[in-house]
Amino acid sequence: MSQIHVSTTINDDAVEFLCDPEDTLLDVLRDELGLTGSKEGCSTGDCGACSVTVGGRLVCSCLMLGAEADGQEIGTIEGVANGEGLHPLQQRFIDGAALQCGICTPGILVAAKALLDRNPDPTETEVRYWLAGNLCRCTGYDKIIRAVMETARDMKEA
Amino acid sequence: MRYAAPSTVNDAVGILAAEEGLSRILAGGTDVLVQLRTGLVEPDLVVDIKRIAEMTTITEADGGYLIGAAVPGAVVNEHAGVKAKWPGVVEALDLIGSTQVQGRATLAGNLCNGSPAADSVPAMIAANATALIAGPHGTREVAVADIPVSPGKIALKHGELITAIRLPAKAERSSDAYLRFIPRTEMDIAVVSAGVSLTLDTDGTCTEARVALGAVAPTVLLVADASAALVGSKLDDAALDALAAACSAACKPIDDKRGTIEFRTRVSGVLARRATKIAAKRALGDVS
Repeated sequence: MSQIHVSTTINDDAVEFLCDPEDTLLDVLRDELGLTGSKEGCSTGDCGACSVTVGGRLVCSCLMLGAEADGQEIGTIEGVANGEGLHPLQQRFIDGAALQCGICTPGILVAAKALLDRNPDPTETEVRYWLAGNLCRCTGYDKIIRAVMETARDMKEA
Repeated sequence: MRYAAPSTVNDAVGILAAEEGLSRILAGGTDVLVQLRTGLVEPDLVVDIKRIAEMTTITEADGGYLIGAAVPGAVVNEHAGVKAKWPGVVEALDLIGSTQVQGRATLAGNLCNGSPAADSVPAMIAANATALIAGPHGTREVAVADIPVSPGKIALKHGELITAIRLPAKAERSSDAYLRFIPRTEMDIAVVSAGVSLTLDTDGTCTEARVALGAVAPTVLLVADASAALVGSKLDDAALDALAAACSAACKPIDDKRGTIEFRTRVSGVLARRATKIAAKRALGDVS
């Protein structure tokens, strides 16, 4: 069976890879490209641990074939920080203890950043509903929501 | 498994028609990929339709809209025109899954997956939506109501695919609404749902109504007795009671882990009643 050659952009870098037709984008990111920040929590699109952006849209990378990434702009958790400089969301998550085991955190950060990129002043309800596709087994969500709300407030005031 | 990404409808039809094995259309992939991974379906060919320009656009047509088969829910939800004309269809589509799922899931895919509990289908049927189909023998347009055959089965022939969903033009003082019951707040499959579309006269009399119920039968039910209960009335309590009774009478649900027959039967009437009230408010211009 022949592999598919894919040309894409990941976190603003041009990337090329070969993949099997049934490989998901998550498989490719983790196993081909070494971008292991995105996690596999369910492989059914329910938990959001694999969240990435495609063309600026928040999606589950477990619900995309690697082949579908051709010509697309992909954003992963690895692209959220600016080199060594953490994104305000990441800093706030640390300062506000908005993570415990951390397995949901990459997906939550990608999702939260996607929210603030399009809606810099969300209400708590909007944050909770936006993040409904990101499950956390550790924190009970409260500190996560607070961290997102407070980051939004900080970024607005900045 | 082979993967193809044609750039025209004709190419897609050609590939599908020539395929002797099992094929699957890949639009948003939010159902197909799950089925692939769990081994529920083992297609020989997956045809990605997202490179076909006309499948990825929403166009105005004859006072209504043509929504390309590959347009994701997130894009539909941002389209002011579609939301204004068919808020019930948009809210139904918008209920599917999470923000991530919305970034990919499509109306056509939701329809073609053939789940009895598909959220957008009752709303599309209430709206009298049609599916534009392309195939080896040309194109045809079919009522969305005629697409689902049984759970997981749809009325498309070999080589055919849906290219767009048409939402028709709307009369004045018309609107629609969709409600579903799920045990959680989000991310669940409908236990029972109701899509209602109606038209009111200048004095508030209902002149047309379509009431569709989801997740209470192998395919979505378009309940004629429920329409009859509303048409000619001013949506007073007696009419709404009759509507709810007609819905409950029409239900043929199953008992499963999500809900009992009794629960679904009763709640179908409750949701139909509420959706009717919302649609009526919207029809009179109240968009709150």
